[in-house]
Amino acid sequence: METKNIMIVGVGGQGSLLASKLLGHLLLSQGYDVKVSEVHGMSQRGGSVVTYVRYGDKVYSPVIDLGEADYIVSFEILEAARWLPYLKKGGVIVTNTQQIDPMPVITGAAEYPAGLVEKMTAAGAKVDALDCLALAEQAGSAKAVNIVLLGRLSHYFDAPEEAWQSSLEAIVPAKFLEMNKKAFALGKAAGAI
Amino acid sequence: MEERTARLTEYAETAPVNRIEWGDRKIGVITSSTSYQYTKEVFGDGCSVLKLGMVNPLPVRIIKEFAAHVEKLVVIEELDPIIENHCRALGLEVTGKDALPMIDEFSQNLIAKALTGKAAESVSLDCPIPPRPPVMCAGCPHRGLFYTLAKNKCTVLGDIGCYTLGAVAPLSAMEMTLCMGASVSALHGFNKAGGRDAEQKTVAVIGDSTFMHSGMTGLANIAYNQTNSTVIILDNSITGMTGHQQNPTTGFNLRGDPAGKIDLEALCRAMGFERVRVVDPYDLRQCDAVIKEELAAEAPSVIISRRPCALLKYVKHKAPVRVNPDKCRGCKSCMRIGCPAISMKNGKAVIDNTLCVGCGVCTQLCAFGAFESSDGEEK
Repeated sequence: METKNIMIVGVGGQGSLLASKLLGHLLLSQGYDVKVSEVHGMSQRGGSVVTYVRYGDKVYSPVIDLGEADYIVSFEILEAARWLPYLKKGGVIVTNTQQIDPMPVITGAAEYPAGLVEKMTAAGAKVDALDCLALAEQAGSAKAVNIVLLGRLSHYFDAPEEAWQSSLEAIVPAKFLEMNKKAFALGKAAGAI
Repeated sequence: MEERTARLTEYAETAPVNRIEWGDRKIGVITSSTSYQYTKEVFGDGCSVLKLGMVNPLPVRIIKEFAAHVEKLVVIEELDPIIENHCRALGLEVTGKDALPMIDEFSQNLIAKALTGKAAESVSLDCPIPPRPPVMCAGCPHRGLFYTLAKNKCTVLGDIGCYTLGAVAPLSAMEMTLCMGASVSALHGFNKAGGRDAEQKTVAVIGDSTFMHSGMTGLANIAYNQTNSTVIILDNSITGMTGHQQNPTTGFNLRGDPAGKIDLEALCRAMGFERVRVVDPYDLRQCDAVIKEELAAEAPSVIISRRPCALLKYVKHKAPVRVNPDKCRGCKSCMRIGCPAISMKNGKAVIDNTLCVGCGVCTQLCAFGAFESSDGEEK
């Protein structure tokens, strides 16, 4: 099969690394060749962060280039818009609707653009937007946004529910497992577009 | 040495890391490392590849044999044309930097576009997307110090660490960053060239960890060659930016076991600095007074700005500060420190309770007493 590309984008500290680790684990368990590349460094300091997950029969390049992503999984709506040029024609954006103001917006040097979901849809992207923060809080922690998103994303994959569950068990620390399982279920129950 | 090189060259001819992957022979690509991955991504089996796992010394016979069996020879390598020039020296006709750039990293799209004229289509929005630069964390001890430097219009020679973010708006308090340790030696040179005027407003800022790595030699130079320089060591008791590694000033080794602990004050004094001051960067008034005094002093000095990184597990935080909306006049004084926990909503300052750690720096900036600390409560 042709290599598929998933970009995970968000704001440093939102948990995108754990999401990519879990996704990598799941895809390996499904027998794919998988490459995951992360941008570290300043990622804890509230900057824009991106992780690449590529899988298929044989994956070569570790990175995803402009116009290549089948899916963009976004933790924040402005970040989805920032990375939109990486989406393949007809690709899907699975995004949290949360808005986090970047420093230039906080200081008043820039404005947070309005109507991003509509704009991205008009540009040809299939946008699957969900208030993941509310569901994460319902599951027990605002930090579970990453797992809610994966629950939502699971609709687009053939992998069986048991495979997702065992990847959750393998990657999520034991004391947060039940809460994260709940977050996954809530994200999944929200359905897909 | 020559003999060794000859043996290595012979080894390169047979080493399994240098291998030919035959595909379509119309194009033959010589490449290595990540450029190989991009090449395969673009061409798959649509070209033949000589993958070099060892690029010095380069194999001569393999390259010639490969070139003889392909129609068009291409070298795909980032930056300088090392392999390409080697091929040319062997008398081979080759495509390389005439088609591919000499600077920056390659990608699959870049190679596809350069060699096949095709690349994936992409779309973007026509509205401006505000950038999201990394910021100092809420409660970061560097913030108060950089605010003070900005307020005093200091020329700040920076170094490598989280505190390089002092260069970013709204603090905008850094004029130069080059490499680890450069702040201190640059300050000495800057002051030698600029004289008394420069000495009275220029500082070097360097973290405890970077200071241990390569700041001490520059400091020795200041002590030995005597400029009235003011060096500020931002001692947050850890290596922050790269994820909390220990360093020789923390008293622990990389495994977290007890280790030797270098005393910064004693070290500076031993080098001959008579003026060694310690400040708490959460205390803006103290920072301001000490920085003014040391810049004015006609002697070399070191200021140690000491407070542990706000993300360290053992650091206890206070409850978030509260804004009294009746007192807030919306003057935005508190916005000058670039704290991610403070924003303006409907003309009033608002605190993000999930981020604020009650450091109280903003409280000191408010002329109207709108920020209220809740002392004692810890989270």
